[in-house]
Amino acid sequence: MKYLDEYRDAALVQSLSAAIRSAVTRPWTLMEVCGGQTHSILKSGLEAFLPPQVSLVHGPGCPVCVTPIELIDKAVALALRPEVIFTSFGDMLRVPGSAHSLFDAKCEGADVRIVYSPLDAVRLAQSNPDRQVIFFAVGFETTAPANAMAVFQASKLGLANFSVLVAHVLVPPAMAALLESPQSRVQGFLAPGHVCTVQGYEEYVPLAERYRVPIVVTGFEPVDILEGTLLCVRQLEEGRAEVENQYSRVVRREGNVAAQRMVREVFAVSPRTWRGIGEIPQSGLQLRDAYRGFDAEERFPLSIGAVREPEVCISGLVLQGIRKPQECPAFGTACTPERPLGAPMVSSEGACAAYYLYGRRNS
Amino acid sequence: MCLAIPGRILEIEDAETEFRQGKVDFNGVRKQVNLAFLPDAKVGEYVLVHVGIALHKIDEAEAQRTFALLRELDELDEIS
Repeated sequence: MKYLDEYRDAALVQSLSAAIRSAVTRPWTLMEVCGGQTHSILKSGLEAFLPPQVSLVHGPGCPVCVTPIELIDKAVALALRPEVIFTSFGDMLRVPGSAHSLFDAKCEGADVRIVYSPLDAVRLAQSNPDRQVIFFAVGFETTAPANAMAVFQASKLGLANFSVLVAHVLVPPAMAALLESPQSRVQGFLAPGHVCTVQGYEEYVPLAERYRVPIVVTGFEPVDILEGTLLCVRQLEEGRAEVENQYSRVVRREGNVAAQRMVREVFAVSPRTWRGIGEIPQSGLQLRDAYRGFDAEERFPLSIGAVREPEVCISGLVLQGIRKPQECPAFGTACTPERPLGAPMVSSEGACAAYYLYGRRNS
Repeated sequence: MCLAIPGRILEIEDAETEFRQGKVDFNGVRKQVNLAFLPDAKVGEYVLVHVGIALHKIDEAEAQRTFALLRELDELDEIS
């Protein structure tokens, strides 16, 4: 475990913490985009190592949280069809729809199955030719290559009983939308390390230039996050707005080009609605015409009722870094991971769940 | 689902490009992983896997670090 020790090294944490303290002269607000980073920050109590001038707000990088409620309702309706095997990443099952979650549908007898990979869903379709297998294709740039590959393989195999319900979203347009918002407090970003293993970080350069905002590609270890914070604070103090790569031991500038090519083969960039935030132009992916035959929304025309979000839930403001989870009146009382009102309380990447799981321990 | 999981390639099957897959060991849990996007990946090497697709080669030290972090964050349930 020497590698682990190196990255949890208390002395290293202290020296990075001291370096941030000596670099900072004014208040700065940084956003970590990825929910995995949020959980790491809360779990390790990292905010205690930051000076009071530096505040971290938590971003929208939680696919479970931003998948629109309409698509949860559609997923539930599809799952309840008798011929359907509805497959999904496990995180999506307890996300509340207007009335039901996929877990509720499963309890009512729907054939809902958790898969680790969309490619497992393709194999399930091959072995169940008399059933319709649908995969809930959610996620950011990290899951897009696997979801694109699943559709591509199904097409090559001529599978008529496989389709996807697509809810794909992209990180850079969401960052731009946050910066455009008059309520935005974000002055620098810690960009999501694993998203950048796929996409690289060229696409962040125009954002940094246009909005004069530093963007530091950052890993997930406590030491990574402190180092990313230090690089970001130094840029802000020096008046620079550049893209830097803290996570260079994993992330390369160009990303994985073959994976990007497959995503472009199957998907086209499209507008997407983000739960709690609203529609963001060119912020998601949809199937290209050549693969439209694999679109579950086209194969099974659906009419769902009007959608309903709980009025008390402030998840949209939490996802934009405008409010913190514990400022919600329902936090930890009417809304818990066991009975979530909003999606950020569900996921292992959601900010509300992170505060609920670790927040009380840290306070 | 956004955090990639590191594993070591145990074997690689012959198949046409998009179906190229291998068996990957995730610290004891073994799974089929698509290797189409890492055409030069070899048996014994460590890869970062996003929901069933290997997307990046990493060294053993990085694999161990990432694995330890994921275990701490309870993010390994999805592969078990």
